[in-house]
Amino acid sequence: MTDGTVDRAELDKFRAMAARWWDPHGPLRPLHLMNPTRIDWLLGQCRAHLTWAGGRRPLAGLEVLDVGCGGGLLAEPLTRLGATVTGIDPEPANLEVAREHARVAGLAIGYEAARVEDIAARGCRFDLVTALEVVEHVPDPAAFVRAAAATVRPGGLFVLSTLSRTLASWVAAIVAAEYLLGWVPRGTHDWGRFLKPSELAAHLRAAGLRPVGLTGLAYEPAYERFTTCRDPGVNYMIAAVRDAVGGSA
Amino acid sequence: MDEKRAVARPHRVEVAIAGGGLTGLALAAALGRAGTCLALVEQAPLASLVEPEYDGRVTAVARGSQRFLASLGAWPAIAPEAEPILEIVVREAGSPVGVHYDHREVGNEPLGWIVPNRTLRLALQTTIADLTDLDLFTPARIVAAETGTGGLRLELADGRAIETALLAVCEGRLSPTRELLGIGDRRFDYRQLAIVCTLRHERPHRGRAVERFFPDGPFAILPMRGRRSSIVWALEAEKAAAVRALDDRAFAAEVEERFGDLLGGIEIEGPRFYFPLVLVESERITAPRVALVGDAARGIHPIAGQGWNLALRDVAALAEVVEERLRLGLDPGDASALDRYAAWRSFDGLALVSICHGIERLFSNDVGPLKLLRNLGLGLVERLPPAKRFFMRHAMGLVGELPRSMRSARSA
Repeated sequence: MTDGTVDRAELDKFRAMAARWWDPHGPLRPLHLMNPTRIDWLLGQCRAHLTWAGGRRPLAGLEVLDVGCGGGLLAEPLTRLGATVTGIDPEPANLEVAREHARVAGLAIGYEAARVEDIAARGCRFDLVTALEVVEHVPDPAAFVRAAAATVRPGGLFVLSTLSRTLASWVAAIVAAEYLLGWVPRGTHDWGRFLKPSELAAHLRAAGLRPVGLTGLAYEPAYERFTTCRDPGVNYMIAAVRDAVGGSA
Repeated sequence: MDEKRAVARPHRVEVAIAGGGLTGLALAAALGRAGTCLALVEQAPLASLVEPEYDGRVTAVARGSQRFLASLGAWPAIAPEAEPILEIVVREAGSPVGVHYDHREVGNEPLGWIVPNRTLRLALQTTIADLTDLDLFTPARIVAAETGTGGLRLELADGRAIETALLAVCEGRLSPTRELLGIGDRRFDYRQLAIVCTLRHERPHRGRAVERFFPDGPFAILPMRGRRSSIVWALEAEKAAAVRALDDRAFAAEVEERFGDLLGGIEIEGPRFYFPLVLVESERITAPRVALVGDAARGIHPIAGQGWNLALRDVAALAEVVEERLRLGLDPGDASALDRYAAWRSFDGLALVSICHGIERLFSNDVGPLKLLRNLGLGLVERLPPAKRFFMRHAMGLVGELPRSMRSARSA
C-alpha cells in the first residue's frame, strides 16, 4: 500500500471524511480548533526568517508549497495573507473539496494531485514549505522529510506540525480524541508512527536543514482552543531553514 | 432571474453592521481602526440620531467601557460631558439597610461615569467619519439576507446589495434584522414605563448615584455635569400614565416626594422621555454568518445601568475575534469564528440577564419575607468586603475574560 512517500491505506481514512473538511463541528474539528494557533506560530517563524511585507498581506511575494493540503485549511489563509500557494495532496477527493471551496471564496490557489517527491523531481523550489499534521501519516518519515526539504529554496523555511510519541500523546490523541470525545474516527492515528521532536529534528538535519524553532500546542478545554506551550509532549510544531550557501540567510 | 439584480454589482465587505446606534457605531469604530473593510446600514439618517430631542437618556459608562472608548480615541470628546460616579447608594425605600459603594474601596478611580447618550453618539460618529474603509448605507433597510458558502448576501430596500463574510446585528432589542433572519426570542414585559429626564438642583450631588427601590418600581438619580442629575424612574404602566399627564411643576413635586430634599430645590430641564421596559432575550447570539451584538442579543432591565456596558463587552469581544481571524488570513464569519464569539459572550450575557431580572423582581413587590431577605442580602453584601469588591468590580466591567482593549495597561 506504499506509494513513494504516501501510504494509500492512510489516504482511505481521509477520503471517507473529505466532504467534511470545512465543517468545524465534523470529524476534522481538532484541525479547526488548532488552525488559528498553528498559523499564528507559523507567521511568527515567517516574520523571523523570511521577507515580511507587513500590513494585511504580510506574505506578499512568497512562494509556498503546502504538502498534504487536504481541503485547503492552510492554503486558503496563506493565500489571503498574500502568498502564492501551491497545494498538493495525493488524494483527489480532498483536492475536489479544496478547489470548490477556493472557487467560492474567490481565492486563486494551484491545487495538484501529487506527491512531494514529484514536485522535487521537477526542480520546483519554494520560500516556504509546510506539512501540517502530515508526517504522522507517511510510511517513511526520513524519506518524506528528505523529499520535502529538497523543495526548500536556500534561505527558505520548512514548517511541520505533528504529534509526539509519548504516554501523554497516546492518552490525548488515541484515548481521548478517538475514544472518549469521539472527535476523530477511531483508527485515524497510529501512535507507533508518531515522531518525537528530537527524531524529527534529526531527519531535518540529515536533509540539510537547520531546526530554528519548536513549540508545543496545548488544548484548553474551557475555551475550546489550543495555545502554544513549552511542552512538545503531545502536539508540536517545528521550523527549519535551509541556510543560503556561504552563510546564514 | 431578476435581470436588474443579476447586473447590479454587490458591494463586497468583510463585515456589515446593521444598526448605527451606540453599539453599531462602537463596533464600526473598533473594527475600522483595525483596517477591516466595513459597511454600516442604518434606517435613519445619522444626523437625525444626534438631534437633542431624539434621546434624552444618559448611560452609565463602567471603567472597562471607558478604557475601550479611550482605545477607540473617542474618550477625549466624551470626557467634558462625563461626570465621574464616586459613590453609589442602593436602598429599599423606607428601610434603614442599604449598600454603599465608595470608589475609594477599589482604588483611586471613579466607579464609572454618567454620560448623555447624545454625547456618546456625537463622539462615535466623529470617530467613524475618519474611517476610509467604511461605506455608509443610510437611510437604508435590509429586506433580504441569503446565506451562501462564501458569505452572506444582503439586499436593501432601494435595490442595492452587499456581500459580506459576517453580519453584526446591532439594532437593539426589537431588531428587525434579527426577525428577518428568523431568530426567535423570549420576552418578558415588566409592565413598567421608564420615565427619563434631567433635573437642575440647588445643591451639588458630589458624584453620588442613588438607587431606591419602591414596590411599584425602582427610581435612580444619576449625577451629571454641574448641578444637574438624570432621573430614571421605572413605574407601573398605569401609574406612569398618571405621572405622564402632570405638568413639569407637579412632576417635580412628585419627584421630590420620592426623593426627599437631598439636592435642595429641583427644576425639570428639557423634555421627559418615556420607554416601555421589556426584557428581550434572543434564542441564540449567532446564526450562520451572523452575530447578534448588545441589546439585539439580550436587552436587559436598565436597573443596574449595565446594558451598554454589556453591549460594549460584546463589541470588544467580536472586534477581537474578527481582528484575530483577519490577521491570520482566516474567514471572519465562519462557524469557527462565531463559535468563539458565542462561547466567549454567552455566559456574561446570561449572568446579567438573570442578575438584573432577579434584582428587579426581588424588589418590585411588597411581600414580607422577601423584604426581609432583601434587607439581609443588602446588609450582608455591605458587611463582606470581598463580596462587595467583587460586585463593584463586576459592575465596573472588570470581571471575567476581558477583551484586550478593556484590560488595564498593567494586566494587558
